[in-house]
Amino acid sequence: MSQALADRELAAVIGLEVHVQLETDTKIFCNCSTDAADDEEPNSRTCPVCLGLPGALPVLNEAAVESAVKIGKALDADIPEETTFHRKNYFYPDLPKGFQLTQYDAPICADGELEVRVEGERREIGVRRAHLEEDPGSIQHEGGNIDTADYTLVNYNRAGTPLMEIVTRPDFRSPAETRAFLAKLEEVLEYLGVFDATRDGSLRVDANISLVPADEVGDDGDISEDTLEDANRTEVKNISSHKGAEQALAYEVTRQKNAVKRGREVEQETRHWDESRGVTVSMRSKEAEKDYRYFREADLPPLQVSDWKERIPIPELPDDRRERFRAEYGLSEEAASKLTSRKSVADLYEQLAAEFEPDLAATWVADNLLGELNYRDMVVADITDRLDEIEYVIRLVAEDELTAKNAEEVVLRRMLDEGESPEAIIEEEDLGKASGGEVEQAVAEAIEENPDAVADYESGDDGALNFLVGQVMGKTGGSADPGQVNQLLREELA
Amino acid sequence: MSDGDEPAVSADEVRRVADLARVDLNDEEVEQFAEQFEAVLADFETLDEVPEVESEPDLVNVMRADEIEDGLTQEEALSNASETEDGYFKGPRVS
Repeated sequence: MSQALADRELAAVIGLEVHVQLETDTKIFCNCSTDAADDEEPNSRTCPVCLGLPGALPVLNEAAVESAVKIGKALDADIPEETTFHRKNYFYPDLPKGFQLTQYDAPICADGELEVRVEGERREIGVRRAHLEEDPGSIQHEGGNIDTADYTLVNYNRAGTPLMEIVTRPDFRSPAETRAFLAKLEEVLEYLGVFDATRDGSLRVDANISLVPADEVGDDGDISEDTLEDANRTEVKNISSHKGAEQALAYEVTRQKNAVKRGREVEQETRHWDESRGVTVSMRSKEAEKDYRYFREADLPPLQVSDWKERIPIPELPDDRRERFRAEYGLSEEAASKLTSRKSVADLYEQLAAEFEPDLAATWVADNLLGELNYRDMVVADITDRLDEIEYVIRLVAEDELTAKNAEEVVLRRMLDEGESPEAIIEEEDLGKASGGEVEQAVAEAIEENPDAVADYESGDDGALNFLVGQVMGKTGGSADPGQVNQLLREELA
Repeated sequence: MSDGDEPAVSADEVRRVADLARVDLNDEEVEQFAEQFEAVLADFETLDEVPEVESEPDLVNVMRADEIEDGLTQEEALSNASETEDGYFKGPRVS
């Protein structure tokens, strides 16, 4: 097919391998903590097992298996009768044992799927398998980059953190679809309580990408095995975010298309995504599959946990919750989506919707709060200890004690920026809704102090009234209701 | 295994294995290891003569609770290392 490839329309075929760290308290095969503090000392969370010292024996963490089963359920995957662990042998300093404990021919999850929406279109992405494995340690190349470094420093604190590797089928047809998939996967994992997206390095992605003739892609996106086998694939490593996946793959699509256009063959190789430069670069050929010399880990007996699928409950997932929000609270699809994409946000909304009008709660959470948080690069998790205060502010708005504008633009903003309590801010800024008497007094003052505007209004210039309304609003610190002021002024000047 | 003139373990195979283990061998060593590999493989071949037995594993689902226990201190963790720096294991450049 390659002789004519340069003249044919090409389509991208992409598959992902997503590594996610599981939120357990301890590592997958030993009792060391997984809690990585920002300022922790290197090699301060290790033991003979995760350092690979002679004679140490791995014992599987039950919580990691539970997390894997939950992920399998959420992806509608099979949990096979029996699942086993293998050693993947390669020699690199991030692996203290000289092999990684992983799963090979009997993964804990097989044949799942995840539905994503891309530009209004529903796409079902097949998940070939998902398996448990241990994270390697971390290495630093000192005195230069990976090729020019003088020496290597190794920290095994991360070694043994439980990972789930989720391998999709080559079902993505564009880089944008991979980004949507990763976002959706994170939502689901967060709902399951097995993943913390805010943890540095908690998500790592490798992507396979090849180009095939567009006319060999069926209307439903299906591509024959033969077509796939004919195409040369590159594997892109070192992707660490949704955005990075989209950028790296967009770069690869262009690079491969250019190669084909110039009549060159796309080389089958592994490439490294250099995020700072926005390019992929060829990596020296690494081991082929057979070089890993996989063999059964004799120190870990088989697992038979297919019945855990019935035993372990999982919570309502984002899609179901979004539909329920639309039905139960009468929200628009957009508002319901926004409110359900993060579990913490959805929980907060439900808490507030139980107390206030669902619409008011939706505006507050989806627009005001998320808007102000995004602007500050914050998330709901950053303010979980201040939910009482947020509730207090919404209550004042609901009871007409505070204007919605002041509540967001003054109180909420200062709460987030300065950490002050809403009571203090309202007191200091004098924002309590002006009482009737105060407004009337401000109206009288505005009339007395602005005779020219009053004369203009009386001679038929309605714009002068707006000026007077502005004066009154200023005197009341924005706490008066502009409609009411307008009416009072008209009455006074009638 | 070695029932012909063909060596059971070729020099290329030894070099490939050495490469995966990141070990540099000179030609003399390659020859030496080829012989040794051959001997090791021959020894393991003895296992082929062991009659098949039903080998149901006795154990399944051996797991532990997700509870943190103290491991090694940094000093203990690094105590066998020949070189360290600022609490890290220190090794040669790798790529």
